[in-house]
Amino acid sequence: MMSAVPDPVAGTPATLGVPDLTTWLRRYAAEIVAHEQELTDLDAAIGDGDHGANMTRGMTAVVAVLDQTPFETLDALAKKVGMTLVSSVGGASGPLYGTFWLRFAKPLSGLARTDAATLGLALRAGVEGIQQRGKAEGGDKTMLDAFLPALAAYDAAVDAGAEPTAALRDAATAGRAGCAATVTMVARKGRASYLGERSAGHQDPGATSAALLLECAVS
Amino acid sequence: MKKLINRPQDVVAESLRGFALAHSGKVRVDHDLATVYRAERPLLGTVGLVSGGGSGHEPLHAGFVGHGMLSAACCGQVFTSPVPDQVVAATQQVDAGAGVLHLVKNYTGDVMNFEMAAEIVADTADIEVATVVLDDDVAVQDSTWTAGRRGTGATVFAEKLAGAAAEEGRPLAEVAAIARHVNENARSMGMAIAPSTVPTAGKPNFTLGEDEMELGVGIHGEPGRATVPYAPAADIARQLAEPVLADLPFAGGDRALVLLNGMGATPLIELYLMYGEVAAILAGHGIEVVRPLVGNYITSLDMAGCSLTVLRADDELLRLWDAPVETPALRWGR
Repeated sequence: MMSAVPDPVAGTPATLGVPDLTTWLRRYAAEIVAHEQELTDLDAAIGDGDHGANMTRGMTAVVAVLDQTPFETLDALAKKVGMTLVSSVGGASGPLYGTFWLRFAKPLSGLARTDAATLGLALRAGVEGIQQRGKAEGGDKTMLDAFLPALAAYDAAVDAGAEPTAALRDAATAGRAGCAATVTMVARKGRASYLGERSAGHQDPGATSAALLLECAVS
Repeated sequence: MKKLINRPQDVVAESLRGFALAHSGKVRVDHDLATVYRAERPLLGTVGLVSGGGSGHEPLHAGFVGHGMLSAACCGQVFTSPVPDQVVAATQQVDAGAGVLHLVKNYTGDVMNFEMAAEIVADTADIEVATVVLDDDVAVQDSTWTAGRRGTGATVFAEKLAGAAAEEGRPLAEVAAIARHVNENARSMGMAIAPSTVPTAGKPNFTLGEDEMELGVGIHGEPGRATVPYAPAADIARQLAEPVLADLPFAGGDRALVLLNGMGATPLIELYLMYGEVAAILAGHGIEVVRPLVGNYITSLDMAGCSLTVLRADDELLRLWDAPVETPALRWGR
């Protein structure tokens, strides 16, 4: 698979390597901490108000892993991130984000760098893992409402010849738009679903942390 | 917020420290994984019973660990499910060669974390695991458009009755069937006159006016069927009992185990008063309460209010209910 990448030099936009994924994760951890109160407030409005604290606990644990352990391959890194989140977050976000990274790892098996197409397979595997674990669909007012449009945008960009960074940028834009669209939705999954119609008018906290994750891939 | 705590983030760990001291000799606490075990080793060839969930519902689940009930309880953060590592470790610890039953309340986080734990056990250990999900809360009417009915008071009955069956040495399939039977024949409904405050949140999780109460509230302060006018106990009892009885439905001549449960901040004097009202309504329907249980068994921190759980009983369930039990929160016959 590495042969499909024309110039596997660190930092070239044609590929995404272990250092890039590490930077992505560190940036996400910092953004989660910066947005903890926002996530807590969004969750308090329609859930139980623990999303900010839970995500901060999980990403702090991920950073501790990054500080301690060097990773040679993308799948080893992603798998460890997934296991760390599963072990530290709890609630629904732990299994969902944990499953995302555990499944994301599989198509990247043995790779230190990936091209845009293989990264797309990893993103798809991750998002499908969230779907299976949460048994949710688009429109249920969950993190999938950010991830599903992001995945579609990513694939469209790659089909049009985009490299990973450009495709991830499109994904981030679509993810943010999808997140914003959850405001008018009525929740059908998770604790927010007990509010029924009263859940409309609030942005979904899971979609918000998902949109942040996608944005951290590129900026 | 005024609570008897030190730092909000230390509440679960510090409470478990006191729990371990208060019940030393009866339970053993793995403080690293916030998991409570029986002090005695599991009897070879008996089914292990593992439950768990967010903390804040004490005595559920840790208070029900002991002879005749749970083998282990995994404690999450307040109102946050435990993580798979806890459940995997507990499952391995309590397995005595006859498999392990996971009793899970139907909340999205609990279901997913127990599910992941069961997958990890299946991949890494030769332990048979069965799972029964409890969802007895009739307050949730539209289960197609929600995460489904919530697990509440039936959990206490399931832990006691399945625990008694496990203690008798019954095989995993039968112990699981009893828990499932309990869930299918139990219905619950709760109400609140005042919200609870999660320590790390620092403020009440919902608001109620002086003249309001939440009918059908969940044990994490989830919204119920409606916010309705505050009413005398006799009216509240009717508003809880009618939907519970109509849902199964219960019929005249049924025998029942009844739990009149406090949400945490309601005094026993009021719970007994409420039980009197509920018992009169059940009698009016020709339902015979064969075993009542009144007190704080599945709470919601400092929420004020109560819940009613009615379980249709048969001779087998009665026998299992009367079997000896010795846990921090429930004890008789031993």
